[in-house]
Amino acid sequence: MKKKKISAFGGILAVAMMAFMLVGIFYTPYDPEAMDPFLKFAPASLAHPFGCDQFGRDIFSRVLEGSGTTFLVALGTLAIGAGLGTFLGLFTGYFGGWPDEAIMRFNDLVVAFPNILLALIFISILGPGKYNVILALGIVFIPSFARLVRSEMIVQKDMDYVRSARLMGAGHMRILFIHILPNIRGTLLSALAIGFNNAVLSEAGMSYLGIGVQPPDASIGRMMAEGQAYIFTAPWSLLFPGMVMILMVLGFGLLSDSFDTGTA
Amino acid sequence: MKYLIKKTGTLIITLLIISLLSFLAFQVIPGDAALSKLGTGATEQKRQELRREMGLDGPVLERYGRWLAGFVKGDMGESYTYAVPVSDMIREKLPVTLAIAVMAFFLMMAVSIPLGLLAGKYGGRLPDKILSVFDQVVMAIPGFFMGILITCVFGLVLHWFTPGGYVPYQEGWGPFLGYLIFPAISIALPKCAMGVKLLRSSVIGELKKDYVRTAYSRGNSRHQVLLGHVLKNSLLPVLTFWALAIADIVASSVILEQVFTIPGLGTLLVQSISNRDYPVVQAVIVLVAALVVVINFLVDVLYGVIDPRVEVR
Repeated sequence: MKKKKISAFGGILAVAMMAFMLVGIFYTPYDPEAMDPFLKFAPASLAHPFGCDQFGRDIFSRVLEGSGTTFLVALGTLAIGAGLGTFLGLFTGYFGGWPDEAIMRFNDLVVAFPNILLALIFISILGPGKYNVILALGIVFIPSFARLVRSEMIVQKDMDYVRSARLMGAGHMRILFIHILPNIRGTLLSALAIGFNNAVLSEAGMSYLGIGVQPPDASIGRMMAEGQAYIFTAPWSLLFPGMVMILMVLGFGLLSDSFDTGTA
Repeated sequence: MKYLIKKTGTLIITLLIISLLSFLAFQVIPGDAALSKLGTGATEQKRQELRREMGLDGPVLERYGRWLAGFVKGDMGESYTYAVPVSDMIREKLPVTLAIAVMAFFLMMAVSIPLGLLAGKYGGRLPDKILSVFDQVVMAIPGFFMGILITCVFGLVLHWFTPGGYVPYQEGWGPFLGYLIFPAISIALPKCAMGVKLLRSSVIGELKKDYVRTAYSRGNSRHQVLLGHVLKNSLLPVLTFWALAIADIVASSVILEQVFTIPGLGTLLVQSISNRDYPVVQAVIVLVAALVVVINFLVDVLYGVIDPRVEVR
């Protein structure tokens, strides 16, 4: 009962934050770039709920826009990482043989590299920027999804329902996508929510270091790097963006937990 | 023994492939390092001379061989930006990052074992619930924000340390470690949360097993059962997580060094990426990856010692 309440809370939080991010892509109450010297370090008020930064820019608008960027980056990352990773995992787990062995050995290798380090290699080669971050993180995320889906496949492919489907003359593609894929959706959804969080955190970390999303694209990580200098004079320029990010990750984290137990 | 030989073989192959891939990755970058050093007005002859000097001539595999041989001997080439040997730059920064990583690792173990046991022992009751809420929140905080919060609380409010007041170890290990403990805490906290979560479910699973009932029936107290029997068995899955966490700890150090303005390996890496100083980037990345792979190897071996069943697999 308690568990249900927590996952419901997580679901609501995740949906609310998703809406927040979606709004951020299309609308902000003020121009996030508009500077107003009279509003320099203005504290939170009704007109500016999160206050203003060192240039008198509305922080709420900037957080909203930054969340939009974060959402696009996370979505793009998952499209590449989870998309290709699931595909690879499905085929290698189902067919086995040497491609399976080769890809898994390669996977072991990549796992030795810390995620963000691997992404940094790509960034140092490709250069920073929103799309390069998506590409770098996307590639980095492929192995973890491939590994997860593969291990599920190995369990599923010898189960009775797959055997009977095969007996009834179903082709490999039909078995893979119509029979098996829906059965591993719980694991997959849970992994997607965790992957979303990892993408959000990685992007924030990279942007914080100044080698992720570049201006004029707004980014919460970058805002916090700038706000750090004013932690005493204007703590709101740091704390509000941080809070939004925590709520985002918290929502998807709880959501992931509920997917996991929902199908177990 | 066979297990050990097999693992060592894998280790060597992994290290070779990692170094080759990292080397190749930096070969595909468009542009000529010699040209960018000389400027576009340079004569062709001068360019060729400098290329030879920088070791940029010859086929790729030959250059890889030369680079690897140098790397093993401790010659990692010269920084484009500062024109000093890369190995000197790394030797200066490595102890800093290592100190942070080692402290974070031991903090992680020291905190997650007692708290994980506590949460598992009271599974589903109040202490467990409080801990799990705390866990979720801590895990949602991005690493650098955790660093900023800790600076805020311990540096600005409690005055336990001076933010930005890093002391090099040459000036004394006490103040050096005293400053680095704060980034170490920031790195360890999210890992602790994850560790507690894992150990908790592992303990709850173990407590249901038959040997626990047997241990009770032989007159052991709750504590004896928990510490003498359950802990050892439930630590196994957590050990795997700790091994994987090593890579993460090193990676988090890259970010936290920026938050606490510490001149470690991470700061060097980020600066070198911004400066496009590829020999440094390449050396740091290969070094860190090699470190992680070697530590994972040691954990694998240790795993075989703790749980002999592993060798059979």
